[in-house]
Amino acid sequence: MTVLAVAEHRRGDLRPVSYEVVTAGREAADATGGDLHLAVIGGDVESFAEDLNREGVDAIHTVAVGEEFDHGVYAQALTQLWADVEPSLLLAPNTVNGLDYAPAVAERLDIPLVTDAVGVDAGEELVVTRELYGSKVETTLAVDADRAAVTVRPSEWAAAEGHGDATIEPFDADIDESALGARVTGFQEVGGGDVDIGEADVLVSVGRGIEEEDNLDIIQALADALDATVSASRPIVDNGWLPKDRQVGQSGKVVTPDVYIAIGISGAVQHVAGMKGADTIVAINNDPNAPIFDIADYGIVDDLFDVVPALTAEFQ
Amino acid sequence: MKVLVTVKEVAAVDDEFEIDGLAIDDRYLSYDLNEWDEYAIEAAVQISEAREDVEVVTVTVGGPDTEETIRQALAKGADRAVRVWDDAIASAGLLDPATKATVLSAVVEEEDPDLILTGVQAADDGFGATGVTLASAIGWEWAAVVNSLDLDTEAGVASVHRELEGGVEETTEVDLPAVLTIQTGINDPRYASLRGIRQAQSKELAVQSLSDLGLDAGALDSPMEQTSLYEPETEGEATVYEGSAEETAGELAALLREKGVGEA
Ligand SMILES: Cc1cc2nc3c(=O)[nH]c(=O)nc-3n(C[C@H](O)[C@H](O)[C@H](O)COP(=O)(O)OP(=O)(O)OC[C@H]3O[C@@H](n4cnc5c(N)ncnc54)[C@H](O)[C@@H]3O)c2cc1C
Repeated sequence: MTVLAVAEHRRGDLRPVSYEVVTAGREAADATGGDLHLAVIGGDVESFAEDLNREGVDAIHTVAVGEEFDHGVYAQALTQLWADVEPSLLLAPNTVNGLDYAPAVAERLDIPLVTDAVGVDAGEELVVTRELYGSKVETTLAVDADRAAVTVRPSEWAAAEGHGDATIEPFDADIDESALGARVTGFQEVGGGDVDIGEADVLVSVGRGIEEEDNLDIIQALADALDATVSASRPIVDNGWLPKDRQVGQSGKVVTPDVYIAIGISGAVQHVAGMKGADTIVAINNDPNAPIFDIADYGIVDDLFDVVPALTAEFQ
Repeated sequence: MKVLVTVKEVAAVDDEFEIDGLAIDDRYLSYDLNEWDEYAIEAAVQISEAREDVEVVTVTVGGPDTEETIRQALAKGADRAVRVWDDAIASAGLLDPATKATVLSAVVEEEDPDLILTGVQAADDGFGATGVTLASAIGWEWAAVVNSLDLDTEAGVASVHRELEGGVEETTEVDLPAVLTIQTGINDPRYASLRGIRQAQSKELAVQSLSDLGLDAGALDSPMEQTSLYEPETEGEATVYEGSAEETAGELAALLREKGVGEA
C-alpha cells in the first residue's frame, strides 16, 4: 500500500519529528511492499524536500503555499493530494500542529483516525498501539478500513537517515482562500525569568504529588541542601506555584542536567520529552507503576513527604 | 450568546491494578472531571461573566454515574447540562473521536451555540482529536491547544494563542463560530462555592438518547476495535532502593555524593 506522510516545519526549519514520520512511514509501506510518499506544505519547500530525501522515500510532493503552518491550507492541500496519490495510510506527527489538521483531514476524507500511536503494524490489517491512563497501560486498536489516518508520537521512531532517490514533484494545490478562517499572525517566545533551568547541573523537579503550594518548602530546602535548582512539571506551573520558565517538558524547557531528581512526577510523555536526556535520572514516587520509573536510573518507591526531608537531612 | 462546553468524566487507575480482558476492573478506577475540561468550563464561565446574556451549556456523553461530575461543572457556573446516553451507547465498544463528534454534532444542531470549547484531550484515552473533528463535521473554524483567548463577538473573531512545543506560542485570529480546544493553564479554575454547589442541584440536567437527537445506533459504528490491553513491559533498568525512608534516603545521598552533588 502507498503511505502518505506529512512533514512538519516551523519558522524556516524542518522539525525533527519529520524524519521520524519518514521512518514510521517506511515501516508501514514495507509491511505491504508499497511506496512512501511525503508531503511538505509551505515554507521553502524545495530545500525542505532536499533534506527530507532520505533513504526509503519514493516521492516528495511539495506544496508551495504560504510560509508557516495554516491548518486550512494543510487540510485543503492534503485532501487534494490524497485524491491524487490515492494512498491507503496518512501519517502525520502527533504534535500540536498535527492535531490541528489531521482530525480535519480525516473527517473530510471520511477515514478513521487513530492518534498518538506508539506502534503501527500495517500488515494484513492495520493495528495501532497506543497508551491509556497516562501511559500506565497499552492497548491495540484494529482498524477495519481500507484507508486510515494515524498520528505518530514524537521520539518513538528513529529519525530516517541516509540519502534517498525520491522524485520531487511540485503539487499545484487549488486553495480556496475564502474558506480559510484562521490567520496566523505571529509567534511569541514564552518569556525567560532570572533562572535558566537549562543551565543547571542538578535539578530538583517537583510534580503534582506535592499536593499544596506550601509544601514546596521541603523541595526548596532539598534544592538548597544540594545546591540545586528547582524545576517542575506542568500542573505546578498551571497552578501558578512556580513561574512558567521552571516548567520542564514539551511546552516548557528541554533540560539535560547531570542529575534530575523527579519528585511526585508521574512521567507523562510530554514531561519526559523535556528531561529524558539528563545523565542521571532519579525518581521518588509512591506509585511503583508510575511511568517515570521506565526512564529512571535510580528510584525510591515511597512517600515523598518521608523521603524528601530525610534526604535533605543527609546533606545538613 | 451560547457557549457549549464538552465535559468528560475520566477514569484514573490506582497505583495497583489488574487487567481483566479488555478492561481494568472498576474497583481499580477512580473517576473525576477531566482536567482539561475544567479549564474549558472556567473559560466559558469567564466569558459569561464578562458579557450580558451568555448561557453556558455543558454536554457529556456518559452514563448516570457521570452526573456527579456534571454537577461539578454546574456548581462552577455552567447554566445547564445535557447528558447523552442510552442503551446503545452503553453497549457500544470504543467511542473514537469521529463517533463522539457525530453524537456531539447532533447536540450542536439542537442547541445552536455560538462558540464551542472542549479540553485539549481527555486524560484517560488521550485522543486529543474530538474538538477538531467536531469542528470539521459541523463546518466551523477551530484552533487546537489554545492557552489564551480573547473574544471579539462584534468583529466575529477570537484572538487566541496556540501553545506549540518548546515554549513557543502561535498567535492566531479565528473566525467565529469556532471550536477551540482549551489547554491547561489558560486560566485559574475556580473552586465551586457552597452556594454554587447548592444551586447546581436545581439546575437543568437533561438526558437525551440517540433517537432524541435524531440519530440511530448506526451512528456508533466504528471501524476501530480494541484488541488487547496490557501493562507495557518496563524498559526501565532503574535501581530501586528498598527500606525505610531513612535507609533509602541514605543510599540515594551516597549516590548523589558520588556524583559530586551537594559537595559545596
Ligand atoms: C499539549 C500538551 C503539552 C503538555 N506539556 C507539558 C510539559 O511541558 N510539561 C509537563 O510536565 N507536562 C505537560 N503536559 C501535561 C502532561 O500530560 C501531564 O498532565 C503532566 O506532566 C502531569 O504532571 P505530574 O506528573 O506532576 O502529575 P500527575 O501525572 O498527576 O502525577 C503525580 C505523581 O505524583 C505521585 N505522588 C502523589 N502523591 C505522592 C506522594 N505523597 N509521594 C510520592 N509520590 C506521590 C503520583 O503517584 C503520580 O505519579 C502537557 C500536556 C499536553 C496535552
